[in-house]
Amino acid sequence: MTDTLVAPSATPKHEDERRGVLQQMLDSSWLLIVTAVVLALVASSVLVAAADQDVQKTATYLFARPSDFFAALWESVYAAYSTLFRGAIFDYQATGLRRVRPITETMTASVPLIFAGLGLAVGFRSGLFNIGAQGQVLVGAAAATYVGIAFDAPAGVHVALACLAGIAAGAAWAGIAGILKARTGANEVIVTIMLNSIAFQLISYLLTTSLLRQGGTRPISPAVADTAQLPLLAGASFRLHAGFLLALLAAVGVWWLLERSTLGFRFRAVGANQRAARTAGIRVNLVFVLVMLVAGGLAGLGGAAQILGTDKQLQASSAGSIGFDAITVALLGRSTPLGTVLAALLFGALRAGSPLMQSSAGTPIDIVQVIQASIVLLIAAPPLVRRFSALHWVAGIAGSTKKKEAHA
Amino acid sequence: MSTVADPQPSQPVELDAPGSAPMVQAKVGWRGPIVYGVVSLISLVVFGLLTPGSDRTRFMVSSSRDLVDIAPFAVPSRLTAVLVSVLALGLTAWITRETLARRKVAVWVPVLFGFLVLVAFLVWVMAGNDNALPLTVLLTGALTLSVPLIFGSLAGLLCERSGIINIAIEGQLLAGAFLAVVVASLTGNPYTGLIAAPIAGAIVGLGLVLFAVRYRVDQIIVGVVLNVLVIGVTNYLFSTVLTQNPQSFNSPPRLPTLPIPFLSQIPVVGPVLFNHSLVVYLMYVAVAVLQVMVFRSRWGLRMRAVGEHPKAADTVGIPVNLTRIKNTVLGGAVAGLGGAALVAAGLAFTKELTAGRGYIALAAMILGRWSPKGALAAALLFGFADSLRQVLGNLGSPVPSQFLAMLPYLATIFAVAGLVGRVRAPAAEGIPYVK
Repeated sequence: MTDTLVAPSATPKHEDERRGVLQQMLDSSWLLIVTAVVLALVASSVLVAAADQDVQKTATYLFARPSDFFAALWESVYAAYSTLFRGAIFDYQATGLRRVRPITETMTASVPLIFAGLGLAVGFRSGLFNIGAQGQVLVGAAAATYVGIAFDAPAGVHVALACLAGIAAGAAWAGIAGILKARTGANEVIVTIMLNSIAFQLISYLLTTSLLRQGGTRPISPAVADTAQLPLLAGASFRLHAGFLLALLAAVGVWWLLERSTLGFRFRAVGANQRAARTAGIRVNLVFVLVMLVAGGLAGLGGAAQILGTDKQLQASSAGSIGFDAITVALLGRSTPLGTVLAALLFGALRAGSPLMQSSAGTPIDIVQVIQASIVLLIAAPPLVRRFSALHWVAGIAGSTKKKEAHA
Repeated sequence: MSTVADPQPSQPVELDAPGSAPMVQAKVGWRGPIVYGVVSLISLVVFGLLTPGSDRTRFMVSSSRDLVDIAPFAVPSRLTAVLVSVLALGLTAWITRETLARRKVAVWVPVLFGFLVLVAFLVWVMAGNDNALPLTVLLTGALTLSVPLIFGSLAGLLCERSGIINIAIEGQLLAGAFLAVVVASLTGNPYTGLIAAPIAGAIVGLGLVLFAVRYRVDQIIVGVVLNVLVIGVTNYLFSTVLTQNPQSFNSPPRLPTLPIPFLSQIPVVGPVLFNHSLVVYLMYVAVAVLQVMVFRSRWGLRMRAVGEHPKAADTVGIPVNLTRIKNTVLGGAVAGLGGAALVAAGLAFTKELTAGRGYIALAAMILGRWSPKGALAAALLFGFADSLRQVLGNLGSPVPSQFLAMLPYLATIFAVAGLVGRVRAPAAEGIPYVK
């Protein structure tokens, strides 16, 4: 459906010359991303404030005593974002080691997002829009769970086997879409969306059978064996597990694959221009299958890490919204490995911080989705960020006056 | 419908892509007969021969308000299933002959084939069940459940025919459903919800087209992200405003049923087609009007020109981006109406009420090859599978409900991969137009 994923720069060339040096500096992608994140937080704070009952109450006599309104406004927004920060980065109200627990939670939450996001990034770079991370994560999680509960093996071997099972299952699941695309031209967007739903139903069914079920009436698997769990990295008081290191390794691996290997070159060539790639002798259909295998394997490993490291037990809802969040992660990370890791950490922070925000500040967890979506929308449209950011606005005025001076 | 006279020249025709080698053509030609053959053999063996010979399958057709009362009847399960499967095999043989002669198979053939296999499946799944299969209930449910999908696929079609990929159908449905519930609850009048829903959908459509045309962001990205945004905003408002005061915000009245005089009393057809609320009748009108307008009007021709070859369209003076903006906003409004249809039964809003229906609608649009009547047929297929799951869930069946729930998705994959093959989207879809 798409040939390239990176949006073409929306600013025509001649406008570039018109803008000042300062403004061109502000266009650098890092500043753009930071500005977009800030703008998204500001935009979401409108929702936070609108749902706050104190704000609603003071708004009824806004013109009589505006100070009350703005105090309540500040109060609600500050409470939400400060608890989000305390839950995600550093809890300055706690004591001892608990103060740094939030940042490890953020890292833990980001693990499946990194894996699945990397998988999607490989697909995006190759021109395949794989929406199927959700299903791939789920089947990967299920396969890893099965190995984790059904077999006995020594500690290191067992966890490795479980991870491999996750990779294999995810790759196979995504491979269906790849093979169908290669053999019949079936649109991968449709097939992967369908495979997501099928995976959910399949795992729901398997959780009612003796293959995965614990025994009770609830459709939940028993906990995986101790030998199959990913080792904890920072002691028993933290949930951070070795999956985080694996994820970082995977990011390096994907970087090498995409930037340094022949295979990765073929992937990118197909992503850049399928016809040219075919003319150059690249077997495009084979690339489709390989890309989906890599993407699915990574997503499957993400699912495995979620079970073996964090959840220990499988439910039909184990994948949560990992697969869909991973799409935004890969987009925000501009489909580069480093970007994906950083984006996954950001979204992991939002996931890790939101429960505290909900319990202490009373702001529902759902605001996180709004923030995530706003960030990605803003990143995707740099001119929009420029229009709304005060910094860019000031720079724009400075630039245009300078230009006038030069003309005069 | 005949194979020769294709009334829509712009309809995607299989296998006419320039440059495809003859070898590829031969392979594609064989895939159809193989798929049909395998399916009918499965039908023959599993649904027919493996059914115990003594079982009978009961059907119930009448509802209380019919003019003529048809008594529930029963058929011998194995015999019926075998007979129908043999017919399907015969059809396969005919398809094979047609393929060998390199003739294209008419549209009614897969429809008839699907119907035959479906009958075999129904006979098998209800074999030996003491309850009768309520056909009228099943079909009415199928239509009701498919209405949001139909509106959704029409929305997708309106956008894609003009060159904008609309993945945000999900968000448009959800926004429409949300606003319909809130407005109908606040005013106490269900028809106000029906007016409000298209506005919500149109706003999402406007967001999509703003990013797609003004900022030239990749349209699939915008669509996916808009879905997340709408899910986030509606979830957030649900957890705050709607749960704080469910009485005034989240208790919409039911959209009244308007039975059409006389027509609604015909057995089976009446209750299935002519005993619904206004939104279903609106769907009939929308499909009919769009089928004509898209392929037979100046408006439709311009829309398709913009979607296929924007430069040519621009050269003859059609405003490309304006057409796209209008169509996407209109599409969003249509999808919003689908959201209203989703909650027409007076349902309260819940988190992620649409549950992926927007994506199913997208699949229906592709399966229906970007034409309103095709979208209608594909959406009805999905609605039927959903309805079947609900009915069989109540009656009990040998198939676990999860597998029944999988059916529409599996059918889509089979159709997209096996029978439809390389469908051809509007050529300029997803590409921003710059003069």
